[in-house]
Amino acid sequence: MLKILKYSFYDLMRSRWSYVYFLFYLLLGVVLLFLNNDLSKAVITLMNVIIILVPLIGTIFGVMYYYNSREFTELLLAQPVKRSSIFLGQYFGVATSLSMSLVIGLGMPFIFYGIFNSSAIWDFSLLLITGAFLTFIFTALAFVIALSNENRIKGFGYAILLWLFMAVIYDGIFLMSLLYFEEYPLDKFSLLATMLNPIDLSRVMILLKLDISALLGYTGAVFQKFFGTSFGLLLSSAMLIVWVLVPTFFIWRIAKQKDF
Amino acid sequence: MIEVKELYKKFGKNEVLKGIDLSIERGGIFSVLGPNGSGKTTLIKCILGMVLQDSGNISIDGKPLKNNFKYRNEIDYLPQIANFPGNLKVSELIAMIKDLRDSKATKDEELIELFKLQPFLNKKLANLSGGTKQKVNLVLAFMFDSPLLILDEPTNGLDPISHLRLKNLINSEKEKGKTILITSHILSFVEEISDEIVFLLEGKIYFKGSISELKKKTDQPDFEHAIASILSASYA
Amino acid sequence: MKKTFHIYFLVALFFGTFTGFAKTITVCSSCSIKTIQEGIAQASEGDTVLVKKGIYKEINITIDKSLVLLGENLPTIDGEDKGEIIKIVADNVTVDGFKIINVGTSYTEDYAAVRVIKKDGFLIQNLQLEKLFFGIYLEKSNNGKVLNNKIKGDAVNEYNSGNGIQLWYCKNIEVQGNTVENVRDGIYLEFSDNILISHNYSKNNLRYGLHFMFSDHDVYEYNIFENNGAGVAVMFSKFVDMNHNIFKENWGTAAFGLLLKEINDSKITNNVFQENTVGINVEGSNRIEYSHNDFISNGWAIKVRGACYTNSYVQNNFMYNSFDISYNSGMNDNVFNRNYWSNYAGYDLDKNGVGDVPYRPVKLFSYIVNRTPEAIIMLRSLFIDIIDFSEKVSPVFTPDNLVDEHPKMRKINHDRS
Repeated sequence: MLKILKYSFYDLMRSRWSYVYFLFYLLLGVVLLFLNNDLSKAVITLMNVIIILVPLIGTIFGVMYYYNSREFTELLLAQPVKRSSIFLGQYFGVATSLSMSLVIGLGMPFIFYGIFNSSAIWDFSLLLITGAFLTFIFTALAFVIALSNENRIKGFGYAILLWLFMAVIYDGIFLMSLLYFEEYPLDKFSLLATMLNPIDLSRVMILLKLDISALLGYTGAVFQKFFGTSFGLLLSSAMLIVWVLVPTFFIWRIAKQKDF
Repeated sequence: MIEVKELYKKFGKNEVLKGIDLSIERGGIFSVLGPNGSGKTTLIKCILGMVLQDSGNISIDGKPLKNNFKYRNEIDYLPQIANFPGNLKVSELIAMIKDLRDSKATKDEELIELFKLQPFLNKKLANLSGGTKQKVNLVLAFMFDSPLLILDEPTNGLDPISHLRLKNLINSEKEKGKTILITSHILSFVEEISDEIVFLLEGKIYFKGSISELKKKTDQPDFEHAIASILSASYA
Repeated sequence: MKKTFHIYFLVALFFGTFTGFAKTITVCSSCSIKTIQEGIAQASEGDTVLVKKGIYKEINITIDKSLVLLGENLPTIDGEDKGEIIKIVADNVTVDGFKIINVGTSYTEDYAAVRVIKKDGFLIQNLQLEKLFFGIYLEKSNNGKVLNNKIKGDAVNEYNSGNGIQLWYCKNIEVQGNTVENVRDGIYLEFSDNILISHNYSKNNLRYGLHFMFSDHDVYEYNIFENNGAGVAVMFSKFVDMNHNIFKENWGTAAFGLLLKEINDSKITNNVFQENTVGINVEGSNRIEYSHNDFISNGWAIKVRGACYTNSYVQNNFMYNSFDISYNSGMNDNVFNRNYWSNYAGYDLDKNGVGDVPYRPVKLFSYIVNRTPEAIIMLRSLFIDIIDFSEKVSPVFTPDNLVDEHPKMRKINHDRS
């Protein structure tokens, strides 16, 4: 698997798209920091970018890569390599190269700006780590979609739909149900609903850093435990890992049973 | 060498292979022929493990294929459509396949020389023409010394000289005692090099034997007419 | 003749300095006077009782004469949890330089480390109070000073802990340079007017860093209030001037930097509110001027509840707060003008430093959170941004006139020299 990962990664690291992605983040970082000159504001803007754009790019890129490398995949399938290794290798190759574009692209301007001497370093590192997690999660979901759909148009459609659902529609339904059931105790429900959407999960993880003052204003005991102690951070990190593992498992399973 | 027993495969409602029994002995060139949709590629992909059969068994050298991927070390495969990761260079691709197979005894340099690929070694695969890609494809398939060679439409996109070289190459591999499985639409090419042909029709083996046997069976003077008579008989 | 003069002179000098108007009585474990109470008994008006380093296990030390009780090298008075320690019942008393520990705890009496009862002109300074119930308790006393004391309690529950510095019916008192931590209320004022509270540091207190009730014409400035259970509460008072204070890290379900309840005609200027759950919680307060304050990274910078009229919020910086302003009614009689809002996304085409589009500091989402507090978990979600945006474009739920017509484009640099 490592060999496949290595070659997919090399291939991607040289592709135009990686550069575009990398340059986009580099530019974003530079614009946010040097035009604005306000680190805290930059971190808040970045959070919006990361929880919306990173999943979108992860999904589209994952689907695109899978469909574009189909013939090459077939060549690999004829080689003495385990099937699961081929797909997991490609998946980790794509996800790793995307994460690196993100981390290096955003990291460089921030390092030049002097993030290491700033108190925002933890917020910023958390942002990058969550961004990397989201890349891994959504690339995996994209691979699952692409593996289950031979038709590229359908595959792309489902991928975009998935993103739209996770990024916007889910929260709409979530908010409606909160308002509709407002007489009931909702803190367990809302935490659960948050855990079930990786975008919400990452958002809440960043909120734990950025908006802890507001979050601690809520009276419920479950929220208090979640936000007030390290329990929240630990649980959300664990859930993010689960969110990577579950789709990865599906990649493995679908790849094992699929005809090419 | 290859034993196929009671092989069934359907895609959705479409039954592609309906009970194939085939045994191919060691050594010689075997051509798999048949009209479009007769199951040639599916059969080959089953042998390669790319398509998983619904029922039946395939074994190579007595070893069943199920849950086994190492046997593919014994097979060299030339896929029909050559499409490689565009950002790799030719030399890197060759190195990569070598790396994946852990195989030391290769003759890639010889083959690069044969197909005059030196000027392209440092070019990205995305920038190569179809014919050149096919040559790279050939290098990848022939550079190992595996006892079984599977070639899916090997003549695609080749110029006449390369075509000739390919024929020589196939013959010289045969002389080393290898088993070579070919699918092709170009009957003259098949006739020229095949020791035996396997004719698939609607998911079953219609005929297996030498070309002369086929001619005898169909009572036709030449290969092309023999094939044509099978087809017209079956569609009549 | 000359010699005699010299002797007279020396004697006069000696008496003049030490005993002419006042003498010094020394208390130490090896001296003839071994307890502070005895030292006070031996002294007369205007004397100094000098207490040398050591541990004195005494309670109910009553100072009934105008004298200076001075500790040398911080002697310790240990009350052994038995009761009150120093009680000042005379005018013009100075207590300076002691460490006072183990004040008794009682459910019926408010034992204090130092108590002043109905007296004038006291000076209490450089004390270190530890393991206390109440710290410095001023009762109906005027014209005194409480300076540079360090009070560190170990309060766990509100019902059996006391306040650091308490003023009850006092006038014209200065409370300056004190550090108060881990007690119930750091500094507590009730019915006390014309008080100056400045340069104090009040942190980690169980309830309020500063608690203020029915006290008018007071000034508090240059204090730091940090991580107190509920922040600072100013209630039922008028003409209070709060400036140059720092309120930070007051977190919790009912925590705020500053709670204003029924406060009128006051000024809140040049303060910093940083990382509080609520920066300022305002209830029923009118005619208050908020200017040149910084609200940084609070959950809610300002939460307005109930009726608040004719307040003005001018030239403040609102930066990185989860919510800038929250209202629970649809009405607005307050003015917001020329503030800097880091959430402002407008533009300034004429480059005059003022945004060309007004800013609406109240978000629809803050109404949703008021109604359904669990919704806080959706903060900064794209969906919420979308509904906030649509509310901004056409306000339905938020007061239509609640806008800052002249939002600043850049952070305001306050002149705080």
